[in-house]
Amino acid sequence: MAIAVVAFIVLRAAVVPRSFGEYGHYRGAAMAEIAARPVAFAGHDVCENCHSDIADQKKLGKHAVVACEACHGAQARHADDPGSITPPKPDTAIICARCHEANSAKPKAFPQVVTADHSGGNACGICHQPHRPKIETEPETKAAGSKTAAEVKK
Amino acid sequence: MEITRRRLLVLLPAAAVAWKYVQAGTPEASPNYKLTEHWWSMLIDIPKCIGCGSCVRACAEENDVPDGYYRTWIERYHVADWKIERPDVESPDGGKQGFPANEESGGKNFFVPKLCNHCADSPCTQVCPVGATFISPDGVVLVDKSYCLGCRYCVQACPYGCRFINPKTHTAEKCTLCYHRITKGLTTACCEVCPTGARQLVDLKNPKDPIHEFLKTHTVQILKPHMATGAKVFYNGMDGSVR
Repeated sequence: MAIAVVAFIVLRAAVVPRSFGEYGHYRGAAMAEIAARPVAFAGHDVCENCHSDIADQKKLGKHAVVACEACHGAQARHADDPGSITPPKPDTAIICARCHEANSAKPKAFPQVVTADHSGGNACGICHQPHRPKIETEPETKAAGSKTAAEVKK
Repeated sequence: MEITRRRLLVLLPAAAVAWKYVQAGTPEASPNYKLTEHWWSMLIDIPKCIGCGSCVRACAEENDVPDGYYRTWIERYHVADWKIERPDVESPDGGKQGFPANEESGGKNFFVPKLCNHCADSPCTQVCPVGATFISPDGVVLVDKSYCLGCRYCVQACPYGCRFINPKTHTAEKCTLCYHRITKGLTTACCEVCPTGARQLVDLKNPKDPIHEFLKTHTVQILKPHMATGAKVFYNGMDGSVR
């Protein structure tokens, strides 16, 4: 009997992981393992460390609260190695519509357009500067080669 | 050395103390992070959600979520004027690519982002036969995938449908509240990319967290409160038709 009890205690100690029961009925070390996963999204604070010029511009417009990686995608790898990993520029013909395409379930106060009517499928970046999207300059003073909103609609 | 009864009585407490140190195990990945100083949850502000799907895409990328499976997803509700008790709910591809324009006119339309509620009294952790899923001391329901048998009890137990079996690992998987990020001082991937602030990571143990003021000044609900799961994902402005 005593041998069976000792054998049970020894076997149990050998089989049950060390950290099991550290915090509760689970393996405590699992938390550290889950926490050790590398991040994919660097976070806007990291972006703003280098791209402060864009951050300053963004603060002035309606997109001030939109984090960089909401449009540019996960950039932790770029932040770790900015020299060799350069992210592609997002296509404004696709990316803007994800948020601003009209939908009756969207909050009424949120700016929405039917892109087919508004720009005829042209890239939003032709008229709007994505970091500060409100068009404040007159169409005549726009840079040469860029179309006005009215031209784009035609 | 001969082990007498007297010596054994002296040795046992000493062995117990030594065992405690052995059990302490591997150090935490984030040395400055204190488990007891946090109690994590999330706030979803439904009137701010535009259904863009950024959170679903970011979650999939951050956590390698397989296609067709979702740790977070967005539902579009259409509550017809005459059919309030039977709302139409859709979530094409979990809302990952946004939502096509509504053809339904009239009624009430809105988006509801969903994710694990990180319940304080979670049914999923109670049914796990091996202790592979648990609520951490800082309030996050996690899965120890090296311990999970893939028995699916937890998938059935979750009243919110937040769990699935990963087709590659064949173990249970769910939202970790980006545990690898929040323990490093970052917010979750979904909250990071939410363009309207509809999702906000909340630390209820942090007295400076704006959630405390928000909860005082808003009428906030949780999903399925009658199930007494202690759900910790708070929904502001939620319509009574949301399930």
